[in-house]
Amino acid sequence: MKWKNYTCLPKQFRNERIFDGCGISGYINIDGTKDNGKKIIDMLCILNERENGLGAGFAAYGIYPKYKDYYALHFLFDNEQSKERVLNYLEDIGYLIQSEPIPTKTPMDVSNSPIIWRAFYEPRQKKGISSDEQVVQLVMEINEKFEGAFIMSSGKNMGVFKGNGWSHEIAEYYKIIDYKAYMWLAHSRFPTNTPGWWGGAHPFNLLNTSVVHNGEITSYGTNMRYLESFGYKCTLFTDTEVIAYLIDLLCRKHGIPIPIASIALAPPLFDEIEQMDKKYQIALKSIRATYRSAMLNGPFSIVVGFANPVPTLFGLTDRKKLRPLVAGISEDENTLFLSSEEASFKRLIIDSNGLYTFKKIWHLKSGTAIIARLDEGLIREGFEEPFKNIKLTVTGI
Amino acid sequence: MSLSHNIPSYFHIKVDRESCKKCKRCTTHCSYGALSFNGERIVADDSKCVACQRCVVMCPGSAIRIVKNESFLPPHGNYTRRIRNILWAQSGNGGVLLSATGNDRPIRTIFDDLLLDACQVTNPSIDPLRETIETKIFFGRKPKKLEFLTDKKDSTKITLKTEFMPNFEIDMPIMIGHMSLGSISYNTCMAIYQASKELNILAGSGEGGLHPDFYEYGSNIITEIASGRFGVDINYLHKAAGIEIKIGQGAKPGHGGHLPGEKVNSLISQTRMIPKGSDALSPYPHHDVYSIEDLAQLIAALKEATRYKVPIGVKIAAVHNSAPIAVGIVRGGADFLTIDGFRGGTGAAPRIIRDHAGIPIELAIAAVDERLRQENLRDEITLVAGGSIRYSADLIKIIALGADVAMCCMPVLIAMGCRVCQQCFRGLCSWGIATQQEYLVKRLDIDVARNRIINLFHSWNEELKEVLGAMGIDSVESLRSNRDRLRYIGPNPKIAEILGVKHAGE
Amino acid sequence: MNNTEKEGAFKLEEKNIIEINAAPNNKPLNYKVLNEKIHEAIKNNHKKIILKDVCGQRFIGASLQGDLEIIINGLPGNDLGIFMDGPKIMVNGNCEDHAGNTMNDGTIIIHGNAGDVVGLSARGGKIYIKKDVGYRIGIHIKEYESKYPIIIIGGTAKDFLGEYMAGGLILVLGLKFCLDGTVIESDQPICGNLLGTGIHRGKIILRTEKDFTAKLGVGAKIFEISEAEKNEIEPFIKEFCDIFNIPYDIISKKPFKVIKPISKRPFGGNYCGQII
Ligand code: SF4
Ligand code: SF4
Repeated sequence: MKWKNYTCLPKQFRNERIFDGCGISGYINIDGTKDNGKKIIDMLCILNERENGLGAGFAAYGIYPKYKDYYALHFLFDNEQSKERVLNYLEDIGYLIQSEPIPTKTPMDVSNSPIIWRAFYEPRQKKGISSDEQVVQLVMEINEKFEGAFIMSSGKNMGVFKGNGWSHEIAEYYKIIDYKAYMWLAHSRFPTNTPGWWGGAHPFNLLNTSVVHNGEITSYGTNMRYLESFGYKCTLFTDTEVIAYLIDLLCRKHGIPIPIASIALAPPLFDEIEQMDKKYQIALKSIRATYRSAMLNGPFSIVVGFANPVPTLFGLTDRKKLRPLVAGISEDENTLFLSSEEASFKRLIIDSNGLYTFKKIWHLKSGTAIIARLDEGLIREGFEEPFKNIKLTVTGI
Repeated sequence: MSLSHNIPSYFHIKVDRESCKKCKRCTTHCSYGALSFNGERIVADDSKCVACQRCVVMCPGSAIRIVKNESFLPPHGNYTRRIRNILWAQSGNGGVLLSATGNDRPIRTIFDDLLLDACQVTNPSIDPLRETIETKIFFGRKPKKLEFLTDKKDSTKITLKTEFMPNFEIDMPIMIGHMSLGSISYNTCMAIYQASKELNILAGSGEGGLHPDFYEYGSNIITEIASGRFGVDINYLHKAAGIEIKIGQGAKPGHGGHLPGEKVNSLISQTRMIPKGSDALSPYPHHDVYSIEDLAQLIAALKEATRYKVPIGVKIAAVHNSAPIAVGIVRGGADFLTIDGFRGGTGAAPRIIRDHAGIPIELAIAAVDERLRQENLRDEITLVAGGSIRYSADLIKIIALGADVAMCCMPVLIAMGCRVCQQCFRGLCSWGIATQQEYLVKRLDIDVARNRIINLFHSWNEELKEVLGAMGIDSVESLRSNRDRLRYIGPNPKIAEILGVKHAGE
Repeated sequence: MNNTEKEGAFKLEEKNIIEINAAPNNKPLNYKVLNEKIHEAIKNNHKKIILKDVCGQRFIGASLQGDLEIIINGLPGNDLGIFMDGPKIMVNGNCEDHAGNTMNDGTIIIHGNAGDVVGLSARGGKIYIKKDVGYRIGIHIKEYESKYPIIIIGGTAKDFLGEYMAGGLILVLGLKFCLDGTVIESDQPICGNLLGTGIHRGKIILRTEKDFTAKLGVGAKIFEISEAEKNEIEPFIKEFCDIFNIPYDIISKKPFKVIKPISKRPFGGNYCGQII
């Protein structure tokens, strides 16, 4: 067997919207304890009805404490030449602190494999542009213009591991079990219209934001064209890419706190807004009007890992609850789990012979974010009113 | 004009002598004097008939039919009948030919070459009757971003710093375009304003001022500041939901306006605030706007004058370089921008301009939307598209191409009874719409007309929801600029390229 | 505002006067800030507002109504008194373009020169300018019922004076104001080309003995002044001379010429409505 399609789709499938159905999972240890990859692999693999062997991936936060101040770039390369070109380019424009292969285990029956590489990197200081912004531009540039190269992730002290295959194959290939992270995200794919390719698997990442997503947004064109006016290049033609960029725009560029950014992505209905107090009405209408192009429409459920400024796990479904998302919190209230199906939690209970138990398992309200932060804990449970637990002041009233 | 130069008439009035009851009703209903009674029977003068169908509808014996004049000119594929008629009319009169309604040349309509997408399998469609689909939109300027400040010590303390700009909420993405009292009758205006209020959509006042009777509907009216500044006073500025500076109109880009003195009766005089019987000339340009910074100044002046309480916008005709002009206007501070396509209607315009100047709204909106995006300005403003939005399909397509709001006039007039005879500029509209003559105006029943407009737009909005539902979209905001949901099937791939729409099958 | 109202008008008391510095610490305020201050003063019942060191701020007096007096020391920017409906503005100095734009009522007095397009589309009120003005003065001024806009220019005007004029009165005196305070005849032509082009109502009166037929625009015609017209303008000229300290006897040294429309329908025959 031969593997293929690492850094791009075959030509005939490019410029085409990619639709898929998926399984998604994620969890965060609120006190920052690090787990190896066992739990997340189990959580994901049990959802195997939701995949068809054409893509899976993991995001792990807290895995590179030694290099935590540098951008950890995870690469896919088709061949040595493309690797050389990219690494030379990086040395031209910044500092390569460390550059090494990512450990992998190619299955017996596979005769080839991509070059999987990581580089800890720092861009050279430039006036008027933050290093975050430089890295964003670098990612856009390499993924768009460098043949045979693809950046899977670009955050600090975190990384994304993904590829074509069943979730258990990908887990084994990347030796996921060996990484130690306080926050994990995972995704398995069921692409409907394309063969699937490595870079196109999920999680989708930009800086510290990683997104796993299930569903198909019907507002893709509106969202994409909105992002383009802010300089994002949507080259992958996937919803997940668009969602990741929207979160980057709202949270990083516009500095909007995540509970409020989630309102922009899935705002309450006007009929609901009309029932609220004047202050909330003004805030919500401002959000709806200003970010009308950032609103996600159509069926989706997403789990987002986020580490800027505080590591956060965030889940959200569409306003009509057309895609599933279940939450569970461990008995000690230290771990918040999110998954497409409750089966992921049950699996953990069975695995531990019933030692690992959950305090509570619940379904999210449509269009309502669930948010857990490192150290702070569960700050939104996914069924609150938009501004619950927020002391909101609106200038002018 | 000598008899030998008479222009052959288009229509032939057939009165069936058997069924005619000789009630003579048709003779009074025909406002163009085409029908008379000679003591024995009804006599028809085909040369005066405009095919407005009033007599046909009013005849109790169903005795009248208007048919195409069968006597036809020697055929010629190049010197069409239309062109020959133009030449005969000009050589007989020596003046600029007038016309009304919109461009009627058979130029291919791009809307008709666009197809809509619908959901299958990968996402579910939504049932608009049983689940919520939102069509409300905000009319006005939005900030580029909202600034939220989180308290350094307490992360639950959040302040929304950005003050929201004046926006008007409308329940459907629809605006009834600017038609002035003068170009249309009092009853027509009243029906339009009442319907707009009831539907909570917007209607334009046109440039003729706002009659005091209409003040109570002001919260749904956008008043218009045109170069003539007719009827512009404090009330006109303060009673409106928004103010639009009219630079141009799709039917006559680069042309002023002219309401002849004989139409300035006491009603019009009161509204426009000019003496009875005097001509109302609108200069070609605004004489305080000779450049883009002057326009910015006029926008700022109107904002000052209204104390920053209502959105101020600008209307331009869709012309070759609309896109860069639009950017300038948005930078100049406009809260909304209206683009009026080359098929847009008019009560009176030189035929040469109506028929030949401007570009289609589909292309203009696509270009403007795209260009505003390149400059990262698009989401700050409300983009209104007019110029022959004929029915709900056009409304849906123009929103998907990039407009926030679709603006239309002709469908409203047609709903009220207009038969599109294109004679509005003569002020003889037999349906009581484009006229100021008391006996004709009376023919338009305000209640009936209002209800027909309400029905019309209710139906459009339901059809919009049907399409949104089929696309799996639950809010019209997510249709706007969503060109991904359109496909092109016309003959010209260049058009698809400008529209940013893929070809069907792609 | 009619005369009876004026007589019963509010008597100014000291506490109703306020001075606003338009350039505190020598930094000119943004027009929005300055105008907001004016609105605030009005809200606090001030009836007389004196502005100090105005420097190009636009839209002063925009859409203000009622019994108000604004005295401007400095140079007001464009659109002075736009949409104004009643107040009186006095400028000690020059002003820029578009003063009295679409004014409904009120008075603007400029103790200096004014720029282009003064009184655009004004429907009523008075604009008195002591010295010279620019292009397109009184363009498309109108009249309606008791509203009758009057623009008087002490000096001279440029091209397109009274273009599209649809009512009201424009009066140009052709005087020159010397530095020593004496008033003499201006050596400049009293108006430019295309005088009254498109005029279809109202009149332009020039104080000159010259024949301007060659400068006339479309639809305009020169008439000798009638007794009635002389009587009509007399009180306004007297008022003008009073305000600007002009010896009244200099006025009678030259005759007046009146420019009026040839017809009410200057472009009536241009269009044809044949069914095509
Ligand atoms: S309205 Fe009909 S029935 Fe009456 S006179 Fe005319 S044609 Fe005859
Ligand atoms: S409004 Fe009247 S005159 Fe104009 S086209 Fe319609 S029916 Fe004819």
